[in-house]
This record gives sequence, C-alpha cells and structure tokens, in this order.
Amino acid sequence: MNRPYVLFLNVLIIATCGLIYELLAGTVASYVLGDSVTHFSLVIGLYLSALGVGSWLSKYIEAGLASKFVEVELGVALLGGFSAPALFFAFAHLKYFQVVLFLLVFAVGVLVGLEIPLLMRILKDDLEFKDLISKILSFDYLGALFASILFPIVLVPRLGLIRTSLLFGLLNALVGLWATYLLEPRIGGVILLRLRAGLVIVLLVIGLIKANSLTSLAEEQFYIDNIIYARTTPYQRIVVTQGKNSFSLFLNEHLQFSSADEYRYHEALVHPAIAVHGSPSRVMILGGGDGLALREVLKYSSVKEVVLVDLDPGMTSLSAKLPLLAKLNGDAYSDPRVRVVNQDAMIWLEQANDGRFDIAIVDFPDPSSFSLGKLYTTRFYKLLKARLTDNAAVAVQATSPLFARTAYWCIVRTLEAAGFFVRPYQTAVPSFGVWGFVLGKLQPFDIPTSLQLELKYLDEETLKTMFVFPRDMQAVEVEVNRLDNQILVRYYESEWRKWEN
Amino acid sequence: MGELTRREILKAFLGMAALQTISCDRKATLPEGKLVDLTLLEQGHRIRDGLQIEPTKRQPVSVVIVGCGVAGLVAGWTLRQAGFEDFLLLELDSTVGGTARSGRNSFISYPWGAHYVPVPRKENADLIEFLQQIGVVEGKDETGEPIVAEQYLCRDPEERVFYKGHWYEGLYLSVAASQEDLAEWNRFHQEIDYWVEWRDARGRRAFDIPLENSSDDPEVTKLDRISMREYLAHKGFKSARLLWYIEYGCRDDYGLKLDTTSAWAGLFYFASRMKRAGEDAQQLMAWPAGNGYLVDRLYSKVSDKVWLNSAAVTIIPTEAYVDIDVLRDGREAIGLRAQRAIFAAPQFLRKYVLRTPVEQRFLEAFEYGSWMVANLTLRDRPYSLGFPLAWDNVLYESPSLGYVVATHQALMDYGPTVFTYYYPVIEDNPRQARQKMLSIGWQEWVEIVLADLKRAHRNIAQLTERIDVMRWGHAMILPRPGFIWSKERQLAKQPIGRVHFAASDLSGVALFEEAFYQGRRAAREVLVALGIV
Repeated sequence: MNRPYVLFLNVLIIATCGLIYELLAGTVASYVLGDSVTHFSLVIGLYLSALGVGSWLSKYIEAGLASKFVEVELGVALLGGFSAPALFFAFAHLKYFQVVLFLLVFAVGVLVGLEIPLLMRILKDDLEFKDLISKILSFDYLGALFASILFPIVLVPRLGLIRTSLLFGLLNALVGLWATYLLEPRIGGVILLRLRAGLVIVLLVIGLIKANSLTSLAEEQFYIDNIIYARTTPYQRIVVTQGKNSFSLFLNEHLQFSSADEYRYHEALVHPAIAVHGSPSRVMILGGGDGLALREVLKYSSVKEVVLVDLDPGMTSLSAKLPLLAKLNGDAYSDPRVRVVNQDAMIWLEQANDGRFDIAIVDFPDPSSFSLGKLYTTRFYKLLKARLTDNAAVAVQATSPLFARTAYWCIVRTLEAAGFFVRPYQTAVPSFGVWGFVLGKLQPFDIPTSLQLELKYLDEETLKTMFVFPRDMQAVEVEVNRLDNQILVRYYESEWRKWEN
Repeated sequence: MGELTRREILKAFLGMAALQTISCDRKATLPEGKLVDLTLLEQGHRIRDGLQIEPTKRQPVSVVIVGCGVAGLVAGWTLRQAGFEDFLLLELDSTVGGTARSGRNSFISYPWGAHYVPVPRKENADLIEFLQQIGVVEGKDETGEPIVAEQYLCRDPEERVFYKGHWYEGLYLSVAASQEDLAEWNRFHQEIDYWVEWRDARGRRAFDIPLENSSDDPEVTKLDRISMREYLAHKGFKSARLLWYIEYGCRDDYGLKLDTTSAWAGLFYFASRMKRAGEDAQQLMAWPAGNGYLVDRLYSKVSDKVWLNSAAVTIIPTEAYVDIDVLRDGREAIGLRAQRAIFAAPQFLRKYVLRTPVEQRFLEAFEYGSWMVANLTLRDRPYSLGFPLAWDNVLYESPSLGYVVATHQALMDYGPTVFTYYYPVIEDNPRQARQKMLSIGWQEWVEIVLADLKRAHRNIAQLTERIDVMRWGHAMILPRPGFIWSKERQLAKQPIGRVHFAASDLSGVALFEEAFYQGRRAAREVLVALGIV
C-alpha cells in the first residue's frame, strides 16, 4: 500500500478518537452533574477552541516533526484514554470536578489540534497541496461521522464509558506505534519512541483489565441508568446511577433511594416519631448512611445531638463528600450536632455506653440476608430499648406491606414481642411502591396528628391517613423474628422472589 | 518434607480427593502458628514415666480436687455452695477447662474443644440452676421449661453442608435426595420418636440427660451390645446420605464411626435431646468461646481455690486421710494431706497417680479418642459458593468435622474471624489413632487443614494469618458397644477409700452435662461423707 494512503487511515482513526474523547467528556459531565445542555455545549465549545490552540501552537514545532507527531499521539492516547476513568475518579474524590473536566477537555483538545497540522507538514512533500488538504480533511470529517454513530449505538450501550475511553486510547497509541514504522526514515531515536509507545499500550491494556474490577459489563446492563459511581467496600457494593432527572443509590443492587421521591420516604420515616415525642434532644440514627434521614432530623432546633451509626465508612464518607449526595442531604454531615460511628449497629447497641436517646430512627436495608436480618430481631429491639429515655419514640423502616406483607407484619410483631407499643403506618414512594414503617414507644400512645414543621410531602391530613391500612396490606399471622430462627429473612426472600420473577 | 511424603500424608488423612487441590500451591508460605499441646503432653508424660517427688512436709486441707475441667470446677463450686470453704483445686496445665477450654486473640474468643450444649430439659434442674445463676437462662415458660436468653441460643443459620462445590443449608444433605432417601429420613425420625416417647415401668426415659437417669430396662440396654451400623442395618436403613448424617453425629459427639459406636450411644445422641415425639430437637446454646464461656463462669466462682501448673503426681489414700504429692510450677514439691479427694481427671490417669492396693483392672475398659483441633485466624471471610456462612460448617466429603465460626455468636458478620476446625483421628485401635495423630507435627497438620478447607474456600490459604494446632491424645471417652452398660463403668464410679471420682468419662459420653453431673455427684458424696449435708 502506498504510504500516504496508509497515513490517511491513521487520520481516520485519529479523528474518530478525538471526537470520542469529546463525546465522553460531555457525557460524563451530563451523567454526573445533570443539566446536559449546558455541559455538552461548554465541552464542545472548549474542545473546539482547544483544537484551534493546538493548531496555532503547531507552528512552534520546527524540527523532528515525525517523532513529535508520534509523541503527540502517545500523549492523546494517555490523556484521552484515561479521560473517562479520571473524570469518574475526580467526581468521586474531588470537590472541583468541573475544573478537572475543563482542564482535561482543553488538554486533549490541544493535543488533537496538533495532530492534523503536523501530519500535513510531514506529508507536504509526498502530495500536492490541494490533494493533501482535501484528503486529510475529508478523512478527518469522516472520522467524526464514524465516532458520532458508533458512540451512542455501539460503544456506550455495549462497552460503557470507561472501557470506550480506554479502548480508543489504545487505538490512538497503536496508531502512534504504527507511525514509527511508516515514518521510520524520518524519525531519530526510533527504538526509544517504540518503547514509550509500548509502555503506553501496556498501561492502557492494564486499565482495560482493571476496568472490569470497577464495574463489570453485566453490572452495567443491570442498571437502567448510567453508573456514575461504583465501589465495593468490605461491607457492600455501592452504586450511584444517574437518570434523566434524578439519581439513585443502590447497595448490593437494592435501591436505597431515588432523588426524585426520597423526600416522601424520609419525611415519613422521621417526622411522625418526632411528632409523638414533642421535643427530642438526643437522636440516634441506625443505618441511614446516606444522610437523608439525618437531614430531616436536623431541621428541629430542639435536637442537640445526633449519633449516626452506620456499618460502612465508605457509605458515610461518600454521603459527606460526593457533591451530588452532599447537596441532597443538605451537607448534613458538616452539622456540628452530628457524630458518626462506623460500627455494626447491633454491636454498638450492645457495647457502647453512650447515654439514652429520645428518638431512634432505624433505617437499615431490607432484611435480605442473615447479617441484615439480625437487625430486626427481638434481641436487637431489646438492646435498643435499653438505650431509650422513657418517653422515647422509634421509627423503623419495615419494607413493603404490599409486596412483602408477612415480612412487614413480622417486623411489627417482633417490635411488640420486644416490649414496644406499636403503630404501623405506610405511604407511597413511587420508586419503591407502597412502603411500610413502624412507630414504637415504651408505653401506649396515640397516633401523631400534628407536625411542627412545614414539609414538602407530609401535612397533618396525610399524616393521619398513613396509619390506615387498606385490606390488601392488613395484618397477617406471623412468627416473631429471633436470632435463632431468622424467620424474617425467609419471609422476605420468598415474598420478594414472587415479585421479581 | 518431600513431595512423596507430603502427598502420602494428605492421602492418609484426607483421601484421594484432597490431592486435586494441592498441586499448584506447594510454595505458598505457611501462616504463623504453633502446636499448643506440647507442655501438656510433656507434663503428662513425665507423670506417666514414673516421676517421683518427695515433699518435706504436708499441709492439711479438707478436700483436694484434682483436675480443673468442667467436673472439677463444678465439684468445687458445689462445695462452696454448701458453705464449705476448706478445699483446693489442682490443675496440671496453665489454664482451666480441660477439653472445654478456650483461647482468645485480639478480637474474639474461640473454643479449643467442646463448643455447644443443647438447652437442658426441665428435668435437669441442677444444670438449669447454674445456667440461671450466670444469666444464660432467663426464666421458665408456662410448662416449666427453661427460657434461654436469645443471644446464647445458636444464631440462625446454624449449619450448612458442602457437597460437590456448593454449600447447602442444614446438615442433612437434602439437595437431590430421592424419594427413598426422604422416606428413610422420615422413618428414622419415627424410630427416634419411638424412643423419645418410650418409658419403662418406673416412668424413666430410654435415653436421658444426665445419662444416669436413663432406663436400665433390657429392651434399651441391649442396644449397647450392638453397633449403630448393626442397628441401622437391622432396621433396614440404606440411604447413603442418611447413614452419613447419623455417622456424622457419632463422629461429632464420640469420635467413632457407625461400626464402632454402641447403638445405645448412637440413639442417645438423637433421642436424649428431644422433649416429645414429633418436635424439633432441643436448640443449641453456643458462645464465641464455645463451652469455654461456661468454664470461665465456673472458674470465676472458685478461682481463688485453684492452683494452676500444679500436677498431682501421687495420690495415696489411707484409712485416716489422703496424701497428695504436688509438683507446682515444675519444680516445687508440695505435700497435701486431705480428708477427702475428688479425682476429677480422666480415669486413664488413675493408674499413674493413684497408689492403692485395690484392683483397678476395670479401668482398661476406658478408651479415648484422639482429636486434632486447629484454630485458624482469618483476615476476612473466605470465598464460598451457595448458602452463606453458618455457625457450623461441614464438608460432606471430608473425614474432618468441618469448622465452627467464633464470630458467629458475637454477631460479627464482617471482617476478621476465627474458624475452629475439628478432625477426629479414627482407627479401629485407639492407640494407633493416637500414634497416627502424634506422628505428624504442626506443619503437616496445617497442610491437611488448608488442603481440606480449600475445596470449599479457594482463597482460604491467602486469608489465613495464623493456625494453632492442638492434638488431644485423650480427647473423649469412646462409647463403643458394651461400654456404657458395662460393669467396669459402674465400678469406676465407686470411691476408693477417701478418694471420689468425677469426670465425664464415668458417664461413657463426653458431654458438658455429664461432666457437670459427675462433678456434682462426687461433691455431694464428699459433703455427705464429711457430714456437712
């Protein structure tokens, strides 16, 4: 094959890669920050201007054009290839995500902007100028078309953003390596250059292998929305996904909340308990590492101290630091009244000597495993009782009384068996369905009828209706959940299995 | 160790199947750990080999209890309960508890031997009284049965079994069981139900705890003359998984196989734990430290009377007193002169320490099993496929008994843990079994343990930070056919002069309840003899 024509194939690949990086940056930004119009527009504008800067800078490169071209390729391969993982990392760990985003887009843009001018200068003696410019530019634009078709149809749905990013980085690096052969006579120190290309390729291949340990393809298929954060802690798999208008948190593939309607859940969980107490001062939240129940609790000025006990430091620190989550929980973790304890709540109840509490908000994941099931046993509730003031109120999230009716009533009866007087209640949370809670006190009590605050969902009329159970959710005969029978886990599993199939 | 030897050892202890898992990780570094039996072994052998000491003078003390296993501690506590304070407890080892002892690391206690007790039925009032005193029993239900505090009952899931690459819930392998298997399973339970409901003319149960309360009617005691296998064959049981399940019970409680377990003992295992026909067996009580928890509670009641590292080298009963020569801390010779002594150690030791003209040939009927117990400290929970980690985890295809998980009862479901792995070394001749067990050291045992567990947990070796190994040479009395209802066992219980005997081996089955009963019985004998009660 004629060498210039092979180089045109390079142009096609380079162009495709360039546009892919731009699309990646725009997509990641709109995933994690929402507001896709603004971010896409900014990313495109910045990227195109960076291309211009790159073209302009190209004139300062005088000698060794061919090896400079290869170096630029390798630079693009690294920066562009790792752009999506870097952006996700920045989103999860840095406060100024946008700064990283725009810097990265600009840097990739500048490097890509260098590519075509350099290549044209390298080929200027092989072809007539009109031929050169028409061919190079048409391959360049053709590449853009490829990218824009491949990206939404094949790459994002099949590979996901991180793998796409790494794969195209790899392609870029291979072009660089290939160019060292095509342009060999014009390159000095070709061996060293090839070694560097080899190193970049190895890095990207390692990245591709590691990508699977971040999120597997199967996992990405599992979620309807895009994964914007995924981490396996020693305790659980935490995944945050972003949809069109809202984001969601999943623990071990179980939905914990959707930002669209979580306020319904958390208002229902927190405010009735506070209403029956009146003016709590010390509050414990068991579970609830997302900080959303905490947000509701902190609305009361009578609350002087909140102890939040969540097993997983990975969860509580994510809620404090991930801007998306911190914004949703109103920066609850930075409130000086809050103290976080990362321990198994049951062991904390058994061992910690932390005084008595006026309110306990019990917000654990559903009892889908034995280690979660223990947090719903008579033993657990008895330990809880020992930590409460006489007038204390507790609220327990208790799965769905519609989908898991026996599981729900098992939690109610278990609280009773542990010595609580209970008031079961339920409400609708669209992303969950009908959801159940239990209000408990250490003496008989009336359902709450008034609220101290103006809320987004709950008002006094709604509050009363929550304690009404339609016929299909009314009490059924159940056994009490104990450490030595873990009957709840069995109820829960058999009931949810019916709905899942 | 050469490759051949290593393979031979693994083959000898685990069978051919285990060899598949060992090929590739030969160079894997071994975890830390040690043999913890060496000092005990050495002390015991010194006495066996005729150690003589000559104390210069004799201290008087009313009662000396030799041995701080469960029976000895219970005997001491019983004396104290009666208001009697002039007694001493001698313990050869640096720690109390005997085969119910426990260990502890930075985050959890773990058993070195016995690790559960079935909830006693209301008839076992003495034991219930003790459990109530230490807060394990909280009260009685309307039928008078004890209510055990929830945290001391074995937390669900209690058991799982590993079979062909997968864990299943329960101990009986129910996956892919045939109609015939299930029919036999039900029929076996009917058989047990028959014995649960059976009463003799005096209203006694066929199989009761303490064993002493069981009926001596020949319809039952004749079962002691045949093996469990003969009994099951006679009743037409053939289902392989049912036989495995019953044999597991025999291996677990007695360290015997179906061929060598007395049918009486085999049925006792199942029938003594049930209140009524058709009901579930009594629930199990368990603690992170195993029965070491109960030992610690007992010890706290008498610890001021205990001399540790104090070997009773000779015991000489005379008409007027009992002389006991004690070697304390390996060098100090102390003479004791007691009114009464309670020998609360296994009976096989009598021939080395008890100087008496009384013929004790009957002691030869007492035979003991050999057990290797390993405690594995793990950084994290190992990979496992199928039903999640339970308290008791059993490998269907292994000669071991599997392992119990110390963190289970402590509610610790994440992170580091300790697995206590049990391997009864079973040979037709108990002496050969003992030799086989002691013929290999720490490293060989560690390799056996890891090779066995690797079948179920592919990353177990990487997660294991430490393995300590205990080789119990005389772990448990063996209830072979003919022993439980033998004349010899009855003779051994009789005091010799002023020396009384108390240890679980006198019951013929090594259970906490039996040690408790024997300790209490001997203490009462002494209290009566001293005219206190």
